Amino acid sequence: MKKIMLTGALGAAALVFTGAAASAATLDDVKAKGFVQCGVSQGLPGFSNPDADGNWSGLDVDLCRAVAAAIFGDGEAVKFTPLSAKERFTALQSGEVDLLSRNTTWTMSRDTQLGLNFAGVNYYDGQGFMIRTSMDINSALELSGASICTNTGTTTELNVADYFRANNMDYELVAFEKADEVVAAYDAGRCDVYTTDASGLYAQRLKLTNPGEHKVLPEIISKEPLGPVVRQGDDQWFNIIKWVHIATINAEEHGVTMANVEEMKSSDNPEVKRMLGSEGNFGESIGLDADWAAKAIAAVGNYGEIFDRNVGPDTPLGISRGVNALWTKGGLMYGPPIR
Amino acid sequence: MAVTDVTPNGSGDGAPKVALLNNPEVRGWVFQIILAVLIVYLAFEGWTNMNANLRAAGIASGWGFLGTNAGFAISQSLIEYSQASSTYGRVYIVGLLNTLAVAFVGIILATIIGFIVGVARLSKNWMVSRLATVYVESLRNIPLLLQIFIWYFGVLRLLPQPREGFDFGPLGLLNNRGFFAPKPVWGEGAEFTLYAFIIACVIAWGVGRWARARQMATGQIFPSFLVGLGTIIFLPLIVFFVSGAPLSWDIPKMGGFRPSGGMTLIPEYIAMLIALSTYTASFIAEIVRAGILAVNRGQTEAANALGLRNGPTLRLVIIPQALRIIIPPLTSQYLNLTKNSSLAVAIAYPELTSVFAGTALNQTGQAVEIISLTMLTYLTISLVTSLFMNWYNNRVALVER
Amino acid sequence: MAEQHSAADIAFVRREMLPQQDAPATSRGIVAWFRESLFSSIPYTILTLACLYILWVIIPPLVSFLFTSAVWSGADRAVCATEAQGGIQPDGWFGACWAYVGDYGNQFIYGRYPNEEQWRVNIVGILFIGGLAGLLIPSVPYKRENIIFLAIVFPIAALILLTGGHLSVGGLYIPLAILTVIALGVSFLFAKLSESDPIPGLKNVAFLFIGLFVLLFILGFDFGLVHVETEVWGGLLVTLVIAVTGIAASLPLGIALALGRRSALPIVRFFSIVFIEFWRGVPLITVLFMSSVMLPLFLPEGVSFDKLLRALIGVALFSSAYMAEVVRGGLQALPKGQYEGAMALGLNWTQMMRMIILPQALKLVIPGIVNTFIGLFKDTTLVLIIGLFDFLGQIQSSYSDPAWASPVQAMTGYAFAAIVYWIFCFSMSRYSMFMERKLDTGHKR
Repeated sequence: MKKIMLTGALGAAALVFTGAAASAATLDDVKAKGFVQCGVSQGLPGFSNPDADGNWSGLDVDLCRAVAAAIFGDGEAVKFTPLSAKERFTALQSGEVDLLSRNTTWTMSRDTQLGLNFAGVNYYDGQGFMIRTSMDINSALELSGASICTNTGTTTELNVADYFRANNMDYELVAFEKADEVVAAYDAGRCDVYTTDASGLYAQRLKLTNPGEHKVLPEIISKEPLGPVVRQGDDQWFNIIKWVHIATINAEEHGVTMANVEEMKSSDNPEVKRMLGSEGNFGESIGLDADWAAKAIAAVGNYGEIFDRNVGPDTPLGISRGVNALWTKGGLMYGPPIR
Repeated sequence: MAVTDVTPNGSGDGAPKVALLNNPEVRGWVFQIILAVLIVYLAFEGWTNMNANLRAAGIASGWGFLGTNAGFAISQSLIEYSQASSTYGRVYIVGLLNTLAVAFVGIILATIIGFIVGVARLSKNWMVSRLATVYVESLRNIPLLLQIFIWYFGVLRLLPQPREGFDFGPLGLLNNRGFFAPKPVWGEGAEFTLYAFIIACVIAWGVGRWARARQMATGQIFPSFLVGLGTIIFLPLIVFFVSGAPLSWDIPKMGGFRPSGGMTLIPEYIAMLIALSTYTASFIAEIVRAGILAVNRGQTEAANALGLRNGPTLRLVIIPQALRIIIPPLTSQYLNLTKNSSLAVAIAYPELTSVFAGTALNQTGQAVEIISLTMLTYLTISLVTSLFMNWYNNRVALVER
Repeated sequence: MAEQHSAADIAFVRREMLPQQDAPATSRGIVAWFRESLFSSIPYTILTLACLYILWVIIPPLVSFLFTSAVWSGADRAVCATEAQGGIQPDGWFGACWAYVGDYGNQFIYGRYPNEEQWRVNIVGILFIGGLAGLLIPSVPYKRENIIFLAIVFPIAALILLTGGHLSVGGLYIPLAILTVIALGVSFLFAKLSESDPIPGLKNVAFLFIGLFVLLFILGFDFGLVHVETEVWGGLLVTLVIAVTGIAASLPLGIALALGRRSALPIVRFFSIVFIEFWRGVPLITVLFMSSVMLPLFLPEGVSFDKLLRALIGVALFSSAYMAEVVRGGLQALPKGQYEGAMALGLNWTQMMRMIILPQALKLVIPGIVNTFIGLFKDTTLVLIIGLFDFLGQIQSSYSDPAWASPVQAMTGYAFAAIVYWIFCFSMSRYSMFMERKLDTGHKR
């Protein structure tokens, strides 16, 4: 009797808490439950960070919101699952999240061996080093013998190994499970150097006791293209993420902003008209409405707006566009045409 | 002892309140077969799901990754480890050895502290017993993980930067990169000292046996402990100097960022050791206290009546009896300490969970293989330890009529 | 002999008794106490002085940090940082920043649970404390009703209040109906085969399934509460949810396993032993890793568990093994006569366990259960490693707030956590000791 009750209760509990289903058509599931389940980081200012009331904001978060807006016309129809570096791929593989937008580096092994697809790059990053100003060191090549703090389970750990080996330098690696612990240990003086993606260094520097006493060294030792990830085997969903992201880039190129997206629908530029759905129906090919891109941009703005709002020069992070500028301005952001 | 429960019929768990057949044996087997089928079915279901999920996700499975190159660095390794050429298999061994290193030393320290505090709690000195009580009550009521954090960040904040670090000259350097001790470098002929040590151990053991046999036969006592200790200390020492003292020290020197050379105790290790041993000691102290209290006062009185002085009373009468009560719970404390060493994952001490179930898992994504191997390793350590302690416990256990 | 002398030989004879005198000043009162318990011999004196020295080293800095130098109010980091760090405190200042704890107090208790919904958590807390107090205080009557409240009513109420209810259980009605039919059929068949009356069995099964249907209906009912997903739960709320659910789930499982381990049936015994020894042999953190990384892979496609639920499953399995050993201790402590007496009365195994053995054994192991709970309560901190925000995890995550960043922030947070955990664990261990003394009456061998 007891056991049956227990099994029943457990089964009920299981179904009660059961999240999304990971079947072939992610879009159908998402539409059925009414929101996008988005995997984000556990707190990285500028990329995905909750405030005291639990509202998420950041570059990666805005991509999730753009996808939600493209599907539902509502940038709030999204739920966020904070994931550690360790959990992130399992969470995506098991269908716990529909979309992983968590400053994840696109590498060949991840793309091919883990059953994942990278749907583009929303931030071109590279690994850098942060050090105390008082150390009087101006180049990463002077770091021989240093103690280096970083998190485990990331490409940074391997990059730093390669870099020091290539330059014949010796070092001590102290690898923590969580980013917050890395920051705390670096702040407490356990390490001379803190290494992670340069964007992360700027973000984490805000958490230090005295941000002004730390600087980021000029060397960038790796390519870290960060982008959204989906499961392999659902091309429609893959296309949605890919093209929503591209739409935000193209919108910036054509001057479509959150504010003027409605009037731009009647623009003379055929490229803009196709994108915003007033000409042709490109939304249909990815299972969405004709004005999918217009809805996404209305919710979060174009790529430039997203960047400036979250990590740009006027934010505490103060990151300049650099390689993340549009291709027309010498950067790498290049959206294939919508036609 | 209680009886083994007989005539189970398995109902009470199943829907049928009325017995199927009135033969309890048949009922028992029916129930067991249903249970076994259920468990096998669940295991099978989990297995097929796992395979299906792995295939659907396109994850390669298997143990091949153990032979591939790891490519990341580890801050403490007891064996040769290089990020350039060492494999994941080697990472596993490094992690396992680090676990054993912190657990082994932790167990010794915890036992020493625990016995001291446990005896101190029984002291007639009010101050001592109160202080011991405060120690026990405060440490065992605060989560170990929290204590590890406090010790780690406390240790880091208290210790100075490497350039302003403490310099004990030939004894080593202490700063927030760790404790850097001189490392013995054995020269030619050092093996003779080792041989001498082994021979001395054998001699001490032989003397002990002989002395015991003689005491049994004639009642005469031979100071075998002192003689044995003397042999173990002095024989290798003599050989060491005769063979020309083939030992030099590699003394750590301050480098650009941190000292180089010598042996290093990294702060993570020190913090883990302090936290694990003080926390476990608070439990051991209670076990020791209970053990000593459980020995009947009459034992002391009888020993005194036989003319034994206080020292021999404690050594020959009280402690052997207290040990019988102390050892089983002590074993589980040792096992707890070993398992708790896995909390090092929170402060980056590179033991098994941190470096293998952490870093290696993250780099390879082989969750099933790595987690299973890690759990199996801990399970093996636990089972071996408890088998050994059971054996020892049986040896000292009271033989009841 | 004195009596042989005549009175005249003696110059003075005391005729009345002297009043009793106090013992010498050195062997009574405070002085004697000091002498005896602190300075009775040279080693004792040295020990006492050593203790005094230890206290001297520990107490003043502690008091200074926690009280005298501490900052009790303020709006941001400036009040808790020295001038060199951009604050208002003099250089060399080192004290706790209680202002920061005050500012974050709400988050430490509820996590990111929405402010306007926190009354739901409060109600759950009050229900729990009320039910528990009634159960734990021996003199309060209605124990049986209380247990029913805590075991059935409370979990459902807590689940609905905390998550918001209106759960999607619609798909469960049909499977449950099928199960009902099967169970009724099996019950009837068994009764027929053993040539006994099928009615009572059928009745029991029917009641059970009616109960389950009602449960499903309540869970699926829309009470108009806002849904609060478990991702925003945190702080003390998560700590208590994990610890309480863990212990509640492990109790029935642990009893079943303990009975299984002492069963005469070889397969049952085998599985019980393997299960118990496996979970006792591995560290909790690997169990949590397993539940967070590996468990999703074992589930059929399309089913996925919430992160908190995964941790709960891991914790429940883990603690049920420990609970099984505690219960086994209680079963073994019962005198053999209880078993023999029960059998002599003609009770079958179920009746014997339900009416004779378990009530006595469970009463015996109450202190053991409380101790297991204390251990579990402390172990809940481990979930922060897999990224859940329990009390300690919530405190740690608040360190990343630049508004309060200062060198004393982390130490303040840890000190606060230590004090809270200590109060909880210490009071529980006192309760356990109290019960131990209270129960320490019979069954002594």
